[in-house]
Amino acid sequence: MRSVDAGLGRPPRSLLLTWLALLGLVALTLGLAYAPLGRFSIVVALTIAAVKAGLVVTLFMKLFRGPVLARVAAGAGLFWLGILFSLAATDYLTRNDTATGNFSLPTGREESR
Amino acid sequence: MSETPLAPQDLGRLHLEPQYATARQQAETAAFGMWVFLATEVLFFGGMLFGYTYLRATFPEGFAEAARETHVIIGTINTVVLLTSSFTMAWAVHAAERDRRRATALLLAATALLGLLFLGLKGLEYYKEWEEGVVPGLNFHKDGPNAHVAAMFYYLYFMLTGVHGLHVTIGIGLVALMAVRAWRGGFSARYYTPVEVTGLYWHFVDLVWIFLYPLIYLAGRSGP
Amino acid sequence: MTTATFTGQSEEPAPGSQASYLTAEGFTLRSWLLTKDHKRIAILYTISITLFFFVGGAAATLIRFNLVTPPGLFQPDTYNRLFTMHGIVMVWFFLIPSIPTTLGNFLIPLMIGAKDLAFPRLNLLSWYLFVIAGVLGLIAIGAGGVDTGWTFYTPFSTMYSNGYVVLALAAVFVSGFSSILTGLNFIVSIHRLRAPGLTWYRLPVFCWSNYATALILVLATPILAITLALVAVERLLKVGIFDPALGGDPLLFQHLFWFYSHPAVYIMILPGFGVISEIVPCFARKPLFGYKFVVWSSIAIAGIGFFVWAHHMFVAGISLYAGLVFSLLSYIIAVPSAIKVFNWTATLHKGWISFDAPMLYALGFIGLFTIGGLTGLFVANLAFDVHATDTYFVVAHFHYIMVGGMVSAYFGGLHYWWPKITGRLYPEWWARIAAILIFFGFNLTFFPQFILGYLGMQRRYASYPPEFQIWNVLSSAGASILAVGYALPLFYLGWSLWRGQKAGPNPWAATGLEWRTPSPPPPHNFDVTPTVTRPPYQYRPDPEPQDV
Repeated sequence: MRSVDAGLGRPPRSLLLTWLALLGLVALTLGLAYAPLGRFSIVVALTIAAVKAGLVVTLFMKLFRGPVLARVAAGAGLFWLGILFSLAATDYLTRNDTATGNFSLPTGREESR
Repeated sequence: MSETPLAPQDLGRLHLEPQYATARQQAETAAFGMWVFLATEVLFFGGMLFGYTYLRATFPEGFAEAARETHVIIGTINTVVLLTSSFTMAWAVHAAERDRRRATALLLAATALLGLLFLGLKGLEYYKEWEEGVVPGLNFHKDGPNAHVAAMFYYLYFMLTGVHGLHVTIGIGLVALMAVRAWRGGFSARYYTPVEVTGLYWHFVDLVWIFLYPLIYLAGRSGP
Repeated sequence: MTTATFTGQSEEPAPGSQASYLTAEGFTLRSWLLTKDHKRIAILYTISITLFFFVGGAAATLIRFNLVTPPGLFQPDTYNRLFTMHGIVMVWFFLIPSIPTTLGNFLIPLMIGAKDLAFPRLNLLSWYLFVIAGVLGLIAIGAGGVDTGWTFYTPFSTMYSNGYVVLALAAVFVSGFSSILTGLNFIVSIHRLRAPGLTWYRLPVFCWSNYATALILVLATPILAITLALVAVERLLKVGIFDPALGGDPLLFQHLFWFYSHPAVYIMILPGFGVISEIVPCFARKPLFGYKFVVWSSIAIAGIGFFVWAHHMFVAGISLYAGLVFSLLSYIIAVPSAIKVFNWTATLHKGWISFDAPMLYALGFIGLFTIGGLTGLFVANLAFDVHATDTYFVVAHFHYIMVGGMVSAYFGGLHYWWPKITGRLYPEWWARIAAILIFFGFNLTFFPQFILGYLGMQRRYASYPPEFQIWNVLSSAGASILAVGYALPLFYLGWSLWRGQKAGPNPWAATGLEWRTPSPPPPHNFDVTPTVTRPPYQYRPDPEPQDV
């Protein structure tokens, strides 16, 4: 048999750097969440999340080194989710009624108490 | 990977099933199968995220009010824990590729332990939320004009993190199984597909959390 | 009229005579329940869905009984439970799995020249999940049933219904994972396990259309699963995002539900397209006209099928603008569907046609699907849909697709590949009688429902105004003919298992890899991995096999 390694050895550089970058991005997104960015807060948070996801997918999951098919599958998942959100938006963004009424009974269970 | 002739004892180790011509075809097929499965998982979580989007867009103030009360410290620590576990997982695959069996086993064990730590912290968080009375349907004591929004927020919170937690639990089981197999010398540089495929799954669980973290814990921190 | 039935048949044992998949592992229960052979799993599925077909059919029979007289026989509540049972069982336990899990499971590895699907254990797991789901569903029915309709609309299902909703939801949830695993297996196998030389454009259309189906299974089913889970929790805890009384949005449920359930209609019909595309060239002895168009229209239907779901919600309160968008998109999907009909018809043109039972089913399919498809355009029209929503017009429309279309295709395929699956020929004469009975019985059942719907009879009511009785009696009379037509194959196909004439490897003189291996095939399908050198459907107008 081949040599059985003794310990863990040193982590590969690219993985170590990715991990550090991810931790840095966590700190960044946490800090920015408290900055008064108004409605851009969510945009910033999701952009940072997308960057983190990109790092994981590229460097941990090695999506762009394997066969094309894996990319197609991953892309299909996202694309179909996009269909759901975008086409449903044609309804939600153009509906001209808003939720009204008395919602003071948050669970519906209070009635029976 | 090259397709050099194999010794018979190696051939057994490859677990080559009859429908495959080569070990490489089998390994690539397994990885592709996992990617297709992950695509379905995207949509599985996506359905709930769609509900989340509806809620947040329809009731921005009530939503921010509820989200502000989540346990951001535990959430952040858990994010770090899960990202670290992803790192050890990627490292384990790297070690498996290079035939470093003990390192593979140890790193997989570390990944599983980090997963357990995540679940432990998550449990602590759930316990605190039970104490606070923000578990809709079972123990919910919020009042005020936005109480119904808070109920819906926490409903989605428990569904999202609950389903994610279920995935983490399954992941821990798979990773631990791989750790045992690796420790017993079940893998080699020629055959480590199960480690690789389990890794893909584990990273996906991490990916979901990467999005849940800002959506749950960071929403509404600086106003609606 | 000529028949190609018995040509190419040989009585001597197949080359390389060996045990078939039926005999190789023995007949013990254990060898069946723990099998990893895709062909045996297909048989397990066939038995399971046949059972559910007759459960759902029994409910349909009672529904048609009830509607013979205007006041109805059953209490409205009983009637609600009957049509719900009919819908849930037929949709999730018969139509969705029908062709993919039986003929698809059996034939796809054979057609691509592989020894099995990519993940045989997942395939078996998929069947077990299906059985668990089926048992849960039957428990829900036995315990008292569900009265929500197969659509589980909120807030009725979450707040008011007093049926066994959660159990039924659990059944459908589990069956969803069974679907996902089947779809995943098909996609991966067709990508990765094709025989040497079997390029994408040499792939039989049956594989293409099951591939398209699998895309939908994999990409739509998870949305249904999570949505039903949300409904179940909302019902149990009385908290959630679908009930307007809690601040939620019932249309949110409908969007999510139809995001799955409209594409699910194409899960039910696309495999049928595949079967018809195999049968028509074989019995017209001509290559399939416009192969690439047929192939790409399948993929187009699978894709565009995801863009049209809200046409189920035109009157539910979505915005007018969204209604316009979805109406337009719904028209677009008629184009690839029409392309298929044109291509099959063009394949028949100047063909050397023989009217064997599979062909009768296929021709019936083309006619019924055309009617179902064209009336689909009616209800895709925003203005007409306001008139037809929730009437028998819609019921007739989708039964023409799902029953007239898909069930005909399933029966056609079952007859066409019966010799391959069992090694025996079915009795041709009986089969033709059944095919003809089904065609006429079906039309008599459902054509009056178009008229009823147009006149304004609402669906899902136990009683109706007396002036509609004549059409309802016609429909029920048709249903009894249909029932005979559907029951007949059970007998003569069962008979043929023991007494049928032995079929050679290729009784139809058909092209395609599945006919190049003995009937029934050996456990690993092929002794030698076949190599493909030519496109599919190289038929010439003579009954000699071309590629043997």
